[in-house]
Amino acid sequence: MAYVAVKGGERAIDAAHAWLAAARRGDGTVPSMQTAQIREQLGRAVDRVMAEGSLYDPDLAALAIKQAQGDLIEAGFLLRAFRTTLPRFAAALPVDTAAMRLARRISAIFKDLPGGQVLGPTYDYTHRLLDFSLLEDRPAADAPEAGAHPGPAPRIPDILGQEGLLEADIRSDAEPFDITRAPLAFPAGRDARLQGLARGDEGFLLGLGYSTQRGYGNNHPFVGELRVGEVDVEIVPAELGFAVCIGTVTLTECQMVNQFAGSKTEPAQFTRGYGLAFGHAERRAMAMALVDRALRAEELGEALTAPAQDPQFVLATCDNIEATGFVEHLKLPHYVDFQSELETVRRLRATAGSAPGAGPPPGAVPPDEPP
Amino acid sequence: MTVPDDGLAYPGFADPVHDAQASFRAVLRALARPGALCTVATPPAPPPPLAPASAAVLLTLVDADAPVHLPPPFAGLGPWVAFHTGSTGADIGDAAFVLADEWPDLALLAAGTDEVPEASTTLILQVPALEGGPRLILRGPGIEATQTFAPLGLPADFAARWAANRRLYPRGIDVLLCAGSAVAGLPRSVTVLEAA
Amino acid sequence: MKGYNFAYLDEQTKRMLRRALLKAVAIPGHQIPFAAREMPLPYGWGTGGIQVTAAVLGRCDTLKVIDQGADDTTNAVSIRRFFARTAGVATTTRTAHATIIQTRHRIPETALTEAQIIVYQVPQPEPLYRLEPSRTETRRMHALSEYGAMHVRLYEQVARYGQIAISYDYPVMVNGRHLMAPSPIPAFDNPKMHRMPALQLFGAGREKRIYAVPPYTDVASLDFEDYPFRAGRAPHACALCGAQASYLDEVVTDDRGGRMFVCSDTDYCASRREQAP
Repeated sequence: MAYVAVKGGERAIDAAHAWLAAARRGDGTVPSMQTAQIREQLGRAVDRVMAEGSLYDPDLAALAIKQAQGDLIEAGFLLRAFRTTLPRFAAALPVDTAAMRLARRISAIFKDLPGGQVLGPTYDYTHRLLDFSLLEDRPAADAPEAGAHPGPAPRIPDILGQEGLLEADIRSDAEPFDITRAPLAFPAGRDARLQGLARGDEGFLLGLGYSTQRGYGNNHPFVGELRVGEVDVEIVPAELGFAVCIGTVTLTECQMVNQFAGSKTEPAQFTRGYGLAFGHAERRAMAMALVDRALRAEELGEALTAPAQDPQFVLATCDNIEATGFVEHLKLPHYVDFQSELETVRRLRATAGSAPGAGPPPGAVPPDEPP
Repeated sequence: MTVPDDGLAYPGFADPVHDAQASFRAVLRALARPGALCTVATPPAPPPPLAPASAAVLLTLVDADAPVHLPPPFAGLGPWVAFHTGSTGADIGDAAFVLADEWPDLALLAAGTDEVPEASTTLILQVPALEGGPRLILRGPGIEATQTFAPLGLPADFAARWAANRRLYPRGIDVLLCAGSAVAGLPRSVTVLEAA
Repeated sequence: MKGYNFAYLDEQTKRMLRRALLKAVAIPGHQIPFAAREMPLPYGWGTGGIQVTAAVLGRCDTLKVIDQGADDTTNAVSIRRFFARTAGVATTTRTAHATIIQTRHRIPETALTEAQIIVYQVPQPEPLYRLEPSRTETRRMHALSEYGAMHVRLYEQVARYGQIAISYDYPVMVNGRHLMAPSPIPAFDNPKMHRMPALQLFGAGREKRIYAVPPYTDVASLDFEDYPFRAGRAPHACALCGAQASYLDEVVTDDRGGRMFVCSDTDYCASRREQAP
């Protein structure tokens, strides 16, 4: 066979993109999906893409999901790359989750509490039976309307904190670290850690949070409160000097309450892990709260024994945009490196002995992984 | 023409994107080839007493995240710098950049730490000329063998003062000397000797 | 490109990158953390190099992009197109015609000049990461020039194999002070870094580090007096141009052990064939 140097990369890329577009559209006899349908009917996917894409925009998230054929990590990447280019006009004031207009609010530590338990739109008590009626596109049954929407409810620290049983909120007017404008350095402050977790991969956070429950850095968690609802986003324009509301966002907030035996300087009390996520994302917020609490092990004088307690391990690994890029880059050509390894292995074998099949001596250092 | 004191009548770059890029390349070359004279893209009318090259360096590198300290005679340029770069100034020990027209006491400037040597101030030193002064011999990264450098406006004992900065390595101050529309660099890695 | 700044990045991001590059040049071989942005290409596919190139690139530049030494590998094509589209700059495959060369895993065979800048894509900027995963700890080791562990690692290889067995990303000491990862270029290319007339810039996007080697700077591959550094290549001549000293790709030609060896640097190989009588 004659060797032909690989040419035509440009044509191959163009053809691949055309094929991809056709595959994305699928069978042309099936109606094309509108992004409004994705936004309205695949809301949990939209919420995940907004969280991991680090941009609250349900329409663009729906577009990204459509463009990525439902690959949610790819969709998050599209959103993240778009976000990078956006100019910053203002920084929002901290949102007030105590003033949240609640769709759901539960506490696992008090049977009842001010503001009440609000079950809301949850899958928790659904029986996981495929609902074949959804195949037939029937209109959904009307949901019964309560007389009045639940009013604002105090947050669990506002309740438990009064007795000193729960660690106090950290009050600070300092500018928070911004992981999108400054490189994360270790040891990382809690502000930086929470930002990293807030856009970390949901599956990775879930696994790490689960690992703490399985004994790898256990921190005895209780769901103090989980709430989902809308909050106002406010900015203070320099020319006005007072706050104006520029819109609302749906958030999920989890306050995990954890046992803490106390230390030399701190009396025994409950500590907290905190989770906050764009949209309706209970699993993400809870996993984040577990991992946040685990990452506080050093601050609280606990033994560091588990991956979930290691800030560099967690934060440098949890970003799925970074992770997917580096895992998938193994598809790129590595023949130069592989060639250098081939030459080295041949040389080592020649040195080790000319006998056929002579390999590296026992205890050989395994070859480094491809870069 | 009367000019308001705050210098706001003076424009920035005519073409902010490409003039900043061209000036950056000149500054990059200046630090990569210590002592070489590199021409920047200058704004059409820099506010006095700024030399065109000093103005270009400020417009290229300074912003709210990397503020400049402006001692006399540049203190009055604050509003111009703020308007064009977003830098509202900083104390001499906290500034990413210090603009001066005479050699300062380097001990007042941040030299970084051994772990974070890059957290150090870059001194922008405006001098009368980059040629015609006492001859210095430079050696170090960026220089094939030796480089002759003879700016005006450095103190007579400059080589000794520089040696003190050099000893801090990898900590240290990096210097951009500006005159007319040219810039020359003295990175902390360079060794300076007086010519025999 | 409509809706985007010249070379994609906004000016504030470019200033941040440019300041980091200047400090990198002032401290050869020292890694500068920077706030890497998400790029429209994936992490691990050259985002660090792309950000460095975007911060440096101007209208008058001519850009060459190579991956594995070749201009026409798909990722090189993709990155070259990105800049042609977002910056409208001229591109070339000719090493000698380029003012900026972005590369993954190779240094061109044609010697670079003072008028050129080479930008390396770096997957892992920390040369000590296999020995010490904690970045807090490696930062301290660099601060103290505490590189004994790397020498121990090399010595262990000598003890086991009778030679140093690192094939690529072979660690180098820069300006006699900082241990540096040269990026996964084959060790064959390491000597080209030593006192190179061109400015060498390194970008690691995912790991958020920038570093540099100024022109004419000492770059020494780690070794021992009795086990000196050796730059290996396949012991063949290029089957296409006959080059005896270039780095070669091994091409499998059949399933019966057939092999041929050709230059990894496609421009170098093509130029030699054009000049051949």
